[in-house]
Amino acid sequence: MTKLIIELTINGKKKKVETTPSTRLLDLIRDDLHLTGTKEGCGKGECGACTVIMNGELVASCLVLAPQADGAVITTIEGVGDDKGLDPVQEAFIESGAIQCGFCTPGMILAAKKMLEENLHPTEEEIKRGISGNLCRCTGYQKIFDAIRLAADRLSSRDGGRGEEDA
Amino acid sequence: MKFSEVNKPVKRVDAYEKVTGKAKFGADLFFPNMLYGKALHSKYPHAQIIKINTEKALTYPGVKAIITAEDIPNNKFGVIIQNQQVLAQEEVLYIGDGIAVVAAETKEAASEAIKLIEVEYKELPGIFDPEEAAKKDAPLIHSELEDNQVVHHRVRKGDVEKAFTQAEVILEREYTTQFVEHSYIEPEAIIAVPYEHNSLVTIYGSIQNPFSCRNAVANVLKVPLNKVRIIQNHMGGSFGGKDEVISSMAARAAVLALKTNQPVKMVNTREESILESYKRHPYKMKYKVGATKEGKLVAMEIKCIADSGAYACQTPFVTWRSVVQATGPYELPSVKTDTYGYYTNNIYTGAMRGYGSPQIVFAQESLMDELADELKMTPLELRLKNIYHNNSITASGQKLDNHQVSLEEVIAKAVKASNYIEKYIEYNKSQLGDKKRGIGMAVSFRGCSLGAEATDAAGAIVAIQRDGSILISSGLAENGEGLKTVFSQIAAEELGVDIKRINYMEVDTSVSPESGATVASRSTLLGGNAVKNAAQQIKRTITEMIADKFKVKSGDLVLRNENIYNKNNNQKIMSFDDAVDLANKLGVFLSAYGWYKAPDISWDEETGQGRPYFTYVYGCQIAEVEVDTATGQIEVLKMVAAHDVGRAINPVTLKGQIYGGIMMALGYGIMEEVEIASGYIKNTNFDEYLIPTIKDMPEIIPIIVENPDPHGPYGAKSIGEPTLELGAPAIANAVAQATGRRIRHLPLNLERVLLGHSLSKGGTKNDIL
Repeated sequence: MTKLIIELTINGKKKKVETTPSTRLLDLIRDDLHLTGTKEGCGKGECGACTVIMNGELVASCLVLAPQADGAVITTIEGVGDDKGLDPVQEAFIESGAIQCGFCTPGMILAAKKMLEENLHPTEEEIKRGISGNLCRCTGYQKIFDAIRLAADRLSSRDGGRGEEDA
Repeated sequence: MKFSEVNKPVKRVDAYEKVTGKAKFGADLFFPNMLYGKALHSKYPHAQIIKINTEKALTYPGVKAIITAEDIPNNKFGVIIQNQQVLAQEEVLYIGDGIAVVAAETKEAASEAIKLIEVEYKELPGIFDPEEAAKKDAPLIHSELEDNQVVHHRVRKGDVEKAFTQAEVILEREYTTQFVEHSYIEPEAIIAVPYEHNSLVTIYGSIQNPFSCRNAVANVLKVPLNKVRIIQNHMGGSFGGKDEVISSMAARAAVLALKTNQPVKMVNTREESILESYKRHPYKMKYKVGATKEGKLVAMEIKCIADSGAYACQTPFVTWRSVVQATGPYELPSVKTDTYGYYTNNIYTGAMRGYGSPQIVFAQESLMDELADELKMTPLELRLKNIYHNNSITASGQKLDNHQVSLEEVIAKAVKASNYIEKYIEYNKSQLGDKKRGIGMAVSFRGCSLGAEATDAAGAIVAIQRDGSILISSGLAENGEGLKTVFSQIAAEELGVDIKRINYMEVDTSVSPESGATVASRSTLLGGNAVKNAAQQIKRTITEMIADKFKVKSGDLVLRNENIYNKNNNQKIMSFDDAVDLANKLGVFLSAYGWYKAPDISWDEETGQGRPYFTYVYGCQIAEVEVDTATGQIEVLKMVAAHDVGRAINPVTLKGQIYGGIMMALGYGIMEEVEIASGYIKNTNFDEYLIPTIKDMPEIIPIIVENPDPHGPYGAKSIGEPTLELGAPAIANAVAQATGRRIRHLPLNLERVLLGHSLSKGGTKNDIL
């Protein structure tokens, strides 16, 4: 099988990886880089468990081929938060009890983080739209919703204290 | 009663690893020299296997081994009846039956190689309707059996025939429910590692019930239990679903691992998962109820037929819970209930959250609303006239005298929070426009834990380490619901320490005490009592040690706030850490095995009389919906859920169970159906099998009712399953009010609501009577 080498920046680190034209980005992340926080739930872009942020966009990594990620900047759940502490979205998920089995959690956190990066004052509808591509079978979504609301409130009050409620 | 750790919204102990992606699930593990396993599934729902040729496949680069039924030491397994094939031997009995499994160096090689396996089949006619299977001349699904009946349970109370002659109103109705997929977001994953740490084989993976998995693997390999070690990993949801299908996968991987002497990893795709894994039982239910004009129930006659699919799996016990609870929580002098399970060539059916209750609660609660209509009474009035109270006698003849029967309380709380009475009146008036609203309720009683299904006991180890940190291990497994957190809270409460001291270990069947399975909403009740028992033993050891040294009475000592106090004068005697140091110096053993055996129960299989469960929980859910009568679209606007849980050990994780159960019930009620045509499954991924997204989420109001149970730890009982069994009938009743039409078949999808029948397979114009 044809082999090729791609270069990508993943969670701030440059990596050269040997792969094949038909390898999915998801498999490259999980099997080659062993970043197993990114999950596979359906392989069809329906469940959101494999969500990563690629070049600033949310993508289902099961639908991206590895060569398409050549030169890309990618953030996986392992790149959220740092040595100093958790990201406010992660903290809000813990505090709101938004985690049950935890399998959808990485994708949910990335989707929530991306949404809040674009909009610190999401309405109820915007929060729902923001994670409507991520399936969760445990939580009934309520506490995930609460967590995103909490993170939004905190981030927006940090963001110059505007923080108005617009739910 | 004041608590320091339980009854509090403590943060989940496994939260950090889950928000950072560090939590390892089955598919996240990698071992040196690991091979990848892939199963070849049947092409037909029912066929004879004439020949399997693996020669070509074996030559595919990277392929290390291929196994068929011939390679399995003991090819049959099962928790209740051992008739499930690890790999199909002579016949395939359903579309997901495995034929062969390949182990190869890469996933790709394994996937390519299974395509090269040549199987010669002789297609056989199948039976796809349990009522057909029940006929006397029906061909046998399992040729070694006399007929296709898996099981028949009965409840006989009073004289039903006579009672119906005295009834002033009699209603007869039929209800049906559908196949449903668990839809855990993590597909099944297993890794079998040969000859690791003195075990013949060690199995890691997404295993709901490590001990039943061990039983199956040891049985299949024909080796003693102590040679097989199962270590549970984080599990991406289960809901009853990762039991037999995982045991089968584990057995296949184990055989391959031993054959190749290399670790073998198997991970299902979503399609394989839906094709292979057992589903919720579809039921056909005939209900006949008799009542006086005043609305007092006098008799009920019930016949339920469950489709067991190809294997027995959990059908005997699923239908047993149905027979116990089929009347609902209503006082009835005369009852005759029969539940049956039959083999067919459909996909097999097994445990799924609710376990035989969501079906019968849908029927009985729809029936109560229909009867209320007939009697010109409100659904609330009819229920209040007939519900169980303290000392009521159930259909099984059990007097409910050992706990608070709180139906009236849960109903009152749900009615108030939903504004039911006003809304019911409002929505009964004629509504303008296409969009019509309705409000509906459902109530239930539910036996806690296994009941008369099986021996009911659980164990736990609490071990204090030299430095005062604490390890807990129990035989019950975290399924995502928060078991680790709840068990840690209980240990911390008893030992009077901060929960941060505690580390809850994953279940390891070679270390943890066998405790049965994390099923039947039993873990907090059974396992919680076992953890409490172990912690209490250590507490006694500590207090006796200190009493001896300080010449005080051990009974005067209390452990609280990380210290040991004399309760008479509230004086601190020493810190917990100092007590641990002292024990280290004196050679006092600070670990204990805890054990809890459930109170005795009884059951007469002929009459269905006895004490099937030692305690019950009660719940009421009320749904408010808006139906677009032009499109058939149902929007669930609000769900109120009042559940008596005995005691909430952790109100936050508990509410998570309520939210999650309601959303799963919403899916069951209005959208989910595994569509099966002549044994073939049509929807095998989430683009076709739709489960609720956040956009389907209504406003949910959870109401926790606490009437502590004498048997529960701190009074705690159950919550996981009760939350799921009420939503669909509550929604169905609300839809009936909104549209004026009763739908007696789940799910209430667009076609059924708009046209009155389903457009997919199985739906007929007779869907609405």
